[in-house]
Amino acid sequence: MSAVLTPKDFTSEQEVRWCPGCGDYAILKAVTRALADVGATRENTVFVSGIGCSSRFPYYIESYGFHTIHGRAPAVATGLKLANPDLDIWVVTGDGDGLSIGGNHLLHVLRRNVGVKILLFNNEVYGLTKGQYSPTSRPGTRSPSSPVGSFESPVSPGEFALGAGATFIARGIDVDKAGLGAVLEAAHGHSGASFVEIFQNCIVYNEDVFESFVGKEHAAERQIRVEHGKPLVFADGARGLAFDSATFSVQIVDAVAQADRVLVHDETNATLARILLSMKEPALPVALGVIYRKPAPSFEQGFYANHPTKMKRTGSVDAAMRKTSTWWVG
Amino acid sequence: MDSASQDIQSESIVVRFAGDSGDGVQLMGTQFVASTALSGRDFATFPDYPAEIRAPVGTTFGVSAYQINLGARPITTAGDAPKVLVAFNPAALKVNIPLLDEGALIVLNIDGFTERNLAKAGYSKDPRETGELNGFQLVEVDLTHLTLEAVKSFGLSKSDAGRCKNFWALGLVQWMFGRDVEVIEGWLEKKFAKDEVIREANRAALHAGHAYGETAELAAAMPHLGTDVAKFDPGEYRGVRGAEALALGLAAAAELADRRLVFCSYPITPASPLLHQLARMGEHGIGIFQAEDEIAAACAAIGASYGGAIGVTSSSGPGVALKTEAIGLAISAELPLLIINSQRGGPSTGLPTKTEQSDLYLAVYGRNADAPIPVVAARSPSDCFEAAIEAVRIALRHMTPVFLLTDGYLANAAEPWRMPSMSQFAPIKTAQLAPVAGEEPRARLFNRDPATLARPWVVPGTPGLMYRIGGLEKDIRTGNISYDADNHQAMTRLRADKVERVRDFIPDQAVELGSDKGRVAMVGWGSTYGAIYQAVRQLQRTESGISHIHLRYLSPLPRNLGELLARFDRVIVPEMNNGQLATLLRDKLGLELIQHNKVSGQPFQVRELVAFVKKVLAGNQMSNVVPMVQGERS
Repeated sequence: MSAVLTPKDFTSEQEVRWCPGCGDYAILKAVTRALADVGATRENTVFVSGIGCSSRFPYYIESYGFHTIHGRAPAVATGLKLANPDLDIWVVTGDGDGLSIGGNHLLHVLRRNVGVKILLFNNEVYGLTKGQYSPTSRPGTRSPSSPVGSFESPVSPGEFALGAGATFIARGIDVDKAGLGAVLEAAHGHSGASFVEIFQNCIVYNEDVFESFVGKEHAAERQIRVEHGKPLVFADGARGLAFDSATFSVQIVDAVAQADRVLVHDETNATLARILLSMKEPALPVALGVIYRKPAPSFEQGFYANHPTKMKRTGSVDAAMRKTSTWWVG
Repeated sequence: MDSASQDIQSESIVVRFAGDSGDGVQLMGTQFVASTALSGRDFATFPDYPAEIRAPVGTTFGVSAYQINLGARPITTAGDAPKVLVAFNPAALKVNIPLLDEGALIVLNIDGFTERNLAKAGYSKDPRETGELNGFQLVEVDLTHLTLEAVKSFGLSKSDAGRCKNFWALGLVQWMFGRDVEVIEGWLEKKFAKDEVIREANRAALHAGHAYGETAELAAAMPHLGTDVAKFDPGEYRGVRGAEALALGLAAAAELADRRLVFCSYPITPASPLLHQLARMGEHGIGIFQAEDEIAAACAAIGASYGGAIGVTSSSGPGVALKTEAIGLAISAELPLLIINSQRGGPSTGLPTKTEQSDLYLAVYGRNADAPIPVVAARSPSDCFEAAIEAVRIALRHMTPVFLLTDGYLANAAEPWRMPSMSQFAPIKTAQLAPVAGEEPRARLFNRDPATLARPWVVPGTPGLMYRIGGLEKDIRTGNISYDADNHQAMTRLRADKVERVRDFIPDQAVELGSDKGRVAMVGWGSTYGAIYQAVRQLQRTESGISHIHLRYLSPLPRNLGELLARFDRVIVPEMNNGQLATLLRDKLGLELIQHNKVSGQPFQVRELVAFVKKVLAGNQMSNVVPMVQGERS
C-alpha cells in the first residue's frame, strides 16, 4: 500500500453527465469521501451498475467499473464475487432498476447475503426515460405514462429488503453529507449484503419529492436518526418513539416527560426494523441511519467453505476421465 | 412360451427395454451397457423417457424406454428398429410394437397383463390373443412373480421386492447374450455397500433371472442372442454419456487455460445433467452457481468472466432465449462467455424431454442489433469433450461469447470413448496486456491482438489498470463511452471482424466419409452425425459418389466449405428442424440445397435417410420441407 488516498484519487477523469443540480452529484462526493475514509484501494474496488441515471455512477469513480444491463447488476456482482471474493464490490441501482426490472435479483442477492454493498438511489421516478412513474412512486403521481395520476401501490424498499432477508439495511439522504457518509462507512464494514436506500432528488422529473422531510424547515420534526443502543428521539431530543401495544406500532411521546417509555434502538431487532422502515411522515418521522444490522455468514463464505478445494485445481482431467470402469484394446 | 425358440445372430442388434417410469428400465439399460462395453462390442444408446417424473402407472404416456444398439464397429446410432424388446407391461408393449424390426423377439412380463393394465394401455383384448403379435417371437415370463419368489427370504415389503424385477430381467437378458453377471454384481456391491438387504435381494433377482434362462434352455425354449465383436482402435476406453463428456471437457478447458471455471445455471430439462455432473467436480477448480433465473445465470457467468474465471452458462431453448440480452452485454464488453444450449423440442415449453436441433437460428442470428458470435456444435456423446474445449478456446482467445450447441439426445446417450491424454491438447491462451517500453500500460487497455482482434483480459484487482466497461458503445481506442457516428460504424465492423477472424484459427472442413467431390454431399451438424454417417455408409455399398460432411463450426463457417460443397452435384441437408442450416448455407454460401427435415422429437432413422437419398438420386425428390411424421411416433 502506498500513500493514503483522498476523495480526489477516487474521482475519474470522465466528464460527469448528470443534470446540473442532480442529487447524484452529492452522492458521488459522499462515496468518494467514504472510499478514502475507509482506506479502500482503487484496484480492489469495483462498481457494478444496471441501467438508469444512477447506473452511470461507475464511470465517475476511479476504480474498476462495470455498467451492465437493466436490473441485472446484482447477478453480475454475484458472479464477480464468486470469482474473486477479495474484491470490494459496490452495486449502484435505482428504484426502477432495482425494484422493477431487477426486483428478482435484488431479492436473491439479499437473501443469499452476497458480500456486496447495494446503493439504491430512490427518486420515485424513471429519469433516464423521461419521467414515467416508478414502482416507488406514490399513488396519484402524474407522469407522461400516468397523466391522471398513478393508482398503483408503491413498494417500500427497506421493507422489501427486510422481507428478502437482508442483514444490513440503512437509509440516507443525498445532500446529507454527514449522515450519508456514516451510513456508507457502516455499509462498507458489513461482511454480507448491505442495502442502503438513498433518497435522491431528481431535479428535472420529480423535484423536491422528499422535500417534506428533507427540507431544513421540517428536518428536525420529520426525520429520526437511529443509532444502536441510543433512545429513539427526534425534534432535537424533544420527542421520542414509544411502543404502542394496541396497534403493534409506535407512537410519538414527549421524550422528556415520558423518557422511560422511549424505545432504545436495537439494530438486531427485525420487528423494530419493520416498524421503523414503515414509518411515513407526516404522522411519524422518516427513519435514517443503520436501521437493521444482523451479521450472518456471507454467500461467498458459504460457497468457499462448502467447496471441496476452495476453488483450487487439485484434480487432473486425465485421472477424472478414468474414474469409472475402463478397458484396454490392443 | 413357444417351444421352438430362434436364436438371433447378426453384425449388430438393437435392444430396447420398456416399462413404467418407476420400473427401473434406465438403470437396467445403463447396467446392460456396462457389460456390453466389457464384452468388446461397440454401442450407442438412446434413453427415451417421459417428461413426467412418475407418470400414472401403466399408462402409455408414462412409458420409459432405454434403447441400445450393440455389435461390431462402427455403431453410431442407437438403431432404427429394435430386434429385442423387453416389455414390463401392456402399455410398454403397445407403445413399442410399431418400432420393432420384423421377427423381433419380445420378452413379456405376463404378470403385468392384468385386465386393469390392459385397459390402461388401451387394449380392449389381450394382444396375445388377437393375432397382432404374429410374426414376432414371444418369450412370456411371469416376471413379477418370479422376482418375488427369488427375493422372498429377504423379508422386503411387496413393493420393494417387486422393484428388483429389473435386475431379474437383466439377469435373463445377460444369459441370452451368453454373458455372466459379474460386472453387474460389482456395481451392486459399490452402489449398495451400506444397504446389505437391498444389495443381496437385487443380486438374488439377478442370479434368478440368469438361472431361469439356463433352465428354460434345457427345454429349448430360450433363444440365444449374439453379435460380432467390434474392432476398436488400440487404446483405453470407457463408456461415456454426453453430459459426462461435456463436464470433463469443461474441466479440461479450465486445466488447459489454467483458470477457474464458474458454471452458472438454472434447472431446466434436458440441460440439468451437466449441472449435476459439474457439481461433483469441484477439485478441477470448478464452482457451481444455481441462479435465481436464466438471466441471472448468464449475468453471473459474465461477472465471473469479468473477474478472470471462465464463465459458463447452460440451458435449453426457452432459457437461452431469456439470456439473449446478457449475451449482447458480453459482446459489447468483449468478455469470454460460454453459452451451452442443450436443445429440445419447441417452441415455448414444447417437448422438454425430446430432441430437436432447432436453435441454430437463435445461436447464429438471435440477438438484437448486429451481434455476431461464434457457434460450435457437438456431434456425439464423446465428441462433447473436444467441442467443449474448442468452444472455451475460442471464447478466451477472441474475448467473445461462444455458443456450444448440444441436444437432449446427446446429453443422455452413451457410447464407448477412447480417452485422449491431456498432453494432446495445446494450452488455451488469452490476450494479455503486453508491456511496451515508453508507453503507459493503461493507454494500451484496448490495444488489440492483431491476429484475433481480442482486447487484453485485464481483471479487477490488477493495480494501476483501472478501467470502466459496459453495454454502452465504447471508443475504439480508449474504451470510454462514445456516441460518435464513425466510431460506432468502426466498432460494429470490429465486432463482425472479430468473429470472422475465428476462421483463421479453425481447421478446413474435412469430409467425414467418402470423396471430396461427387454426386451427393450429405451435410449435417450436431447429433444427426450417427444417422447420417450410417446412411452414407449403407448407400456407398450400392451407389457411387456419396459423401458425408459434418460441421462443427457453424459460425463462422470453415473457409473452404463453399468450394468443397460446390464440387458435389447435389447437397442434401438433413436436419431435425425446418431447415435452419439450409438457410444458413444459402445465406453464407449462396448454395442450392435439398432439404430433408424432420421435427418429431425423435432422432433420424438410418433407413429414412437412405430412402430419401435414393429418391433424390432417382430424380424424383426435391426438398422435403414438410415435417415427415408418417410412420413416426412422437
